[in-house]
Amino acid sequence: MSRPRRERRSVVAVEAIGAYVLVRVTRGSLDPGIPGQFFMLEAPGRVLPRPMSLCLAPRGELAFLLDPIGPGTRALAALEPNDRLHVFGPLGNGFRLDVERPLLVGGGIGIAPLPYLAEALEQPPAVLGFRSEHHAEAAALLPGADVVIDPVLVTDAMPGGRDVLACGPEPMLEAVRAIAPDAQLAWEAPMACGYGACYGCVVEIDGELKRLCVEGPVLCSS
Amino acid sequence: MQLLNASGCLDALTAPDVASSLDAFVTKTVTPEPREGNTPVRIAETDFGMLNAIGLANPGRDVFVRDVLPRLCDALDVPIWVSVGGFTAREYAETCEQLARDEVACVELNLSCPNVDEAPESAAEIVRACRDVTAKPLYAKVSPHSWDMGETVRAIEAAGADGLSLVNTLRGTTLDARLRPTLSRGTGGYSGPALRPVALAAVLAARRATSLPIVGMGGVETGRHALELIACGATHIALGTVLFADPDAPTRVRTELAAEIKSLGSGSAEDVFGVALDAVASEVNSATR
Repeated sequence: MSRPRRERRSVVAVEAIGAYVLVRVTRGSLDPGIPGQFFMLEAPGRVLPRPMSLCLAPRGELAFLLDPIGPGTRALAALEPNDRLHVFGPLGNGFRLDVERPLLVGGGIGIAPLPYLAEALEQPPAVLGFRSEHHAEAAALLPGADVVIDPVLVTDAMPGGRDVLACGPEPMLEAVRAIAPDAQLAWEAPMACGYGACYGCVVEIDGELKRLCVEGPVLCSS
Repeated sequence: MQLLNASGCLDALTAPDVASSLDAFVTKTVTPEPREGNTPVRIAETDFGMLNAIGLANPGRDVFVRDVLPRLCDALDVPIWVSVGGFTAREYAETCEQLARDEVACVELNLSCPNVDEAPESAAEIVRACRDVTAKPLYAKVSPHSWDMGETVRAIEAAGADGLSLVNTLRGTTLDARLRPTLSRGTGGYSGPALRPVALAAVLAARRATSLPIVGMGGVETGRHALELIACGATHIALGTVLFADPDAPTRVRTELAAEIKSLGSGSAEDVFGVALDAVASEVNSATR
């Protein structure tokens, strides 16, 4: 597995995609890692960096999709080309790619790791769910995906007999797990450090509280 | 001057490189029994710092000594300080007895975790009970909430402490959009930049009361911040919250501190030690006159 590094990178572009924002930075010597792994992005003016899974890895760049809903993500969305920020990663455990019939399932900002994952799996079928038409514009990042909009749920549109790789809000992941017990699920938790130092991101795994940044963020549900 | 981590702000087993970049590694607090810690949500950022309510998650002293300590020794070349917590003076002392091993360089008594119900005994009673059973260097980690730092510090020194760690976090609360506490526990320990002036004042007050070594900590992010703590009377510096944002902080802060000292025309940290104390003392004197 590639070793995480922390580097000060430059912003290439910040692009609105529907309700979301794609922050593109120069790659430097950072390794893009395995799909589902994440990076800690310095949020200008904030005390703590923000964990973001890699969305795309264009040549010489790393790109992160974020939902500007809090002070950290808004500070990141307000970055301008040539602004500099520290980027630390890749961190955590990504998706296992040795699956026979992959199906990607994403909900809302949880689609973030799926474009890079789709590339690694040679564009498998995908089902994406969003809360509005505006949010659903981000489906452009995954050409060919089936898109559902609230109140229709991704679980209503998921074909059976597939190896599911999913990322989205917790209720969606629970619902996916109920119909696809072997699914690989990428979870989310507030994190201060991303490298096992703060013990802030614990979630219950096998009946114990474990650090999501070390054990996850991708967990096998069964 | 030694550079350490604040207890609970680094796991040397998941980040041995970071721990090895310090002069000594301080463990998370070890308690008599295993503790799973508080249920999430455990952390929240504020505008000027962060709150944590981890709740002393640790495997308990038996597993620590049997399993964790040998792995720490294998992973690290730097001395290991063990942070000790408990709910009675006797519990602290029993853990100290178990830590009478060559691998342990120093014991830091966590007398001030804001995220568990505190021991009813006073800090001095706990220090005394531990002093009676261990020859290890004993550092007392003190709360910034103490209303009279000088009195607290003198009592701790009289009880036999070899040094002080100042400061632990302040207790704080933050509310979410629905006006409910963000943290599941309701309150947490407030750390980061907001703690800096609190730490400076606490170290200054402690230094007036004692000549014991002091590990100064609280919001240190740069060499300048470390320098200010030294000027207030800290002999060592610990990094806490900054490690979450910047695992390279130990190396960076050390370099920056050396540059700060040089820019003042001083040769070493010793030349800066306590200079703020002298300034305050002389101002007080002239005001009195």
